[in-house]
Amino acid sequence: MLSGRTTRLLRPTLSPIGLRQRQNNDVLALTPLIGQEGRFCSTLSPAPAASDPGNGAGCVFGCAFIAFGPAFALFILTVAVDPLRIIILVAGSFFWLVSVLLGSLVWFVGVQLSDRGNPSLQSGLLVFGAAVSVLLQEAFRFANYKLLKKADQGLASISEDGRSPISLQQMAYVSGLAFGLISGAFSGVNILTDSLGPGIVGIHGDSPHFFITSAFLTMALVLLHTFWGVIFFDACERGKWLAGMGVVVSHLVTSALTFLSPWYETSLIPIYLLTTCTAAWAFSTAGGPSAPCSCFTCEHPALDRGYRGRGVGLRFQADGSRGPPTL
Amino acid sequence: MAENLANVLHEQLSEGFPDTHRNNSGEGADRRRVVEGADQELNGQPPSARPSQRLESEEDEDEELTLKYGAKHVIMLFVPVTLCMVVVVATIKSVSFYTQKDGQLIYTPFPEDTETVGQRALNSILNAAIMISVIIVMTLLLVVLYKYRCYKVIHGWLIISSLLLLFFFSFIYLGEVFKTYNVGMDYITLALIIWNFGVVGMICIHWKGPLHLQQAYLIMISALMALVFIKYLPEWTAWLILAVISVYDLVAVLCPKGPLRMLVETAQERNEPIFPALIYSSTMVWLVNMADTDAESRKKPALNSTTPESQASLRGADDGGFTTDWELRQQETLGHMESSEETRRQVQEMPRTSPAIQSDDSEERGVKLGLGDFIFYSVLVGKASATASGDWNTTLACFVAILIGLCLTLLLLAIFKKALPALPISITFGLVFYFATDNLVRPFMDQLALHQFYI
Repeated sequence: MLSGRTTRLLRPTLSPIGLRQRQNNDVLALTPLIGQEGRFCSTLSPAPAASDPGNGAGCVFGCAFIAFGPAFALFILTVAVDPLRIIILVAGSFFWLVSVLLGSLVWFVGVQLSDRGNPSLQSGLLVFGAAVSVLLQEAFRFANYKLLKKADQGLASISEDGRSPISLQQMAYVSGLAFGLISGAFSGVNILTDSLGPGIVGIHGDSPHFFITSAFLTMALVLLHTFWGVIFFDACERGKWLAGMGVVVSHLVTSALTFLSPWYETSLIPIYLLTTCTAAWAFSTAGGPSAPCSCFTCEHPALDRGYRGRGVGLRFQADGSRGPPTL
Repeated sequence: MAENLANVLHEQLSEGFPDTHRNNSGEGADRRRVVEGADQELNGQPPSARPSQRLESEEDEDEELTLKYGAKHVIMLFVPVTLCMVVVVATIKSVSFYTQKDGQLIYTPFPEDTETVGQRALNSILNAAIMISVIIVMTLLLVVLYKYRCYKVIHGWLIISSLLLLFFFSFIYLGEVFKTYNVGMDYITLALIIWNFGVVGMICIHWKGPLHLQQAYLIMISALMALVFIKYLPEWTAWLILAVISVYDLVAVLCPKGPLRMLVETAQERNEPIFPALIYSSTMVWLVNMADTDAESRKKPALNSTTPESQASLRGADDGGFTTDWELRQQETLGHMESSEETRRQVQEMPRTSPAIQSDDSEERGVKLGLGDFIFYSVLVGKASATASGDWNTTLACFVAILIGLCLTLLLLAIFKKALPALPISITFGLVFYFATDNLVRPFMDQLALHQFYI
């Protein structure tokens, strides 16, 4: 009777590139296998030595920190301190989940109605499904914007000084982070848990760098979602439809670039370039100064725009002087 | 249970403060505001309810603090619910004992490994029907016992129940954990560990203890109970039971003749607390006069939302949050037991009769959630992680769904200010997301991951 882990490996479901071999390995049970790289691997043995890039705790921790490190740092430093932001984070995750559910429904219906035996049709359907899912995600980001806008108005109306305790820009950031976290979790956690198990990556000639590239892609996606959230909300708020369309197009381009895997030069590097550009765009949208040197002075008028401290804090007036302490 | 909580808090605050009317209305206004604010924050409802808030606007001093108070209470429940679910999922993923099929409970006698799908469906329906009828019977029995003031019986039952949970179930759990990690342990050390764990747990839960320790123990026993359910309930039966118990929760708490509601109302008529030891509380009330009963030092009884467990407790008038199944198991193993209404009454009485309760900080009021809610949330997420082939995606989706359901329930609680069942919304979302993620999202995500596509 196979143990729990190898039983899990027999599942035909999750078998990404390079790990496909594992299923065959399990079928062959105890027969040792010589991989294409000339490596000797026994399928049911414990994870090979630490020098193996594909397995073991080192891979899991490294890839986990790469993929989720920035996101968790952002979460702990900015979101976990304020209960309102945590609620907005959970609500944002919920919206993303619903959007992916609908997108998967569309893909599923397409698969059921189509000819299963036609691989090119299936891959075309997958691309179509991914595109639909991206569009639905953006649509639900807009829905999230609408909801948070109403919430912002509500919070403002019931507060003493007429301003809500959290600004729409902060909500935009938290919402983007929510989308990023849940999207990264759905994309990355299964791969991370698979990287724990015994197996050899890339035995069929696929890239042996599957895990680390997946981790980097996940990190890029998390950060991109955060930036898109900021830009999109600002675009909706100010009616800058071009910026909104830019976000949608950027998301589609990112997703399309990942279709070029495992040709990582064309997928990873442009995605990271896109991430940096989107970061700069989001920074300027959020009111960051365009000149680098003025970053180091806190009394920039633009920083006051939409920022409100949590609880007791100081507010910076438009002329740079500090306002009265807010409660 | 939630009704009771809301009413109890209102009454307690109104009786405890010299400036009762102002505080009560202030608190009511606060709650209304919290509700409104949170409502608009989460549901985007039109601000039509705002004018009603302005009536109390002169009484609130700081709206921001009020709203943060509301959001803070949601987080005060998010954290323990998340912790309980994390413990359950971690155990399911690592200790294989809780996913092995070692038989079924006596209350679900029909097996599910039948030849045909129809037979399996029929068996699971019968199992769920039996379980739910047992729960209903137990609830009614407990209501009857409570009505006829058989407090000693209930109290004794509760004590024995928590004894079993803290000693026996944790012993089994520890044994399985040691087996999983191949840790050698002698019986003497084990006896010392279990003895200390159990005794400190009994003291913390039933008497006095540091708040965080008490909360930790409540989370642990909820997780243990949930693990028992996950192990002994077959798959289809478990989903059916979850669905039916949400409906039962809704009916029992909201219908005028529902057992839970009757229990709550009886408790309020008598000015008695509902047993606090099986309610998770995020704050503790320390009264000035603690000499009356030893229950005085306990937390304020606050039955926030009713979980099926709470319903179960309500059904029995307070099984103290133990699920009916659990209690039934107790019964079959230990004989008849009941939770104690008396202790609950005592606890409830405490705040009312004592004059000076902490009045100033609204944060000290805290929120309370029945342990049954914890148990069934954890059962849902644990079953999702144990049986779903989508692994972590399904677990994550169910987790988010339950948190959102809890958020919405607290929102509704703030709006309606009466007892509300905590199970229906969360379990509905959880079930919908479980089946949808497992059947729709998982194949899609697997195909994408196979080719390293990202959406």
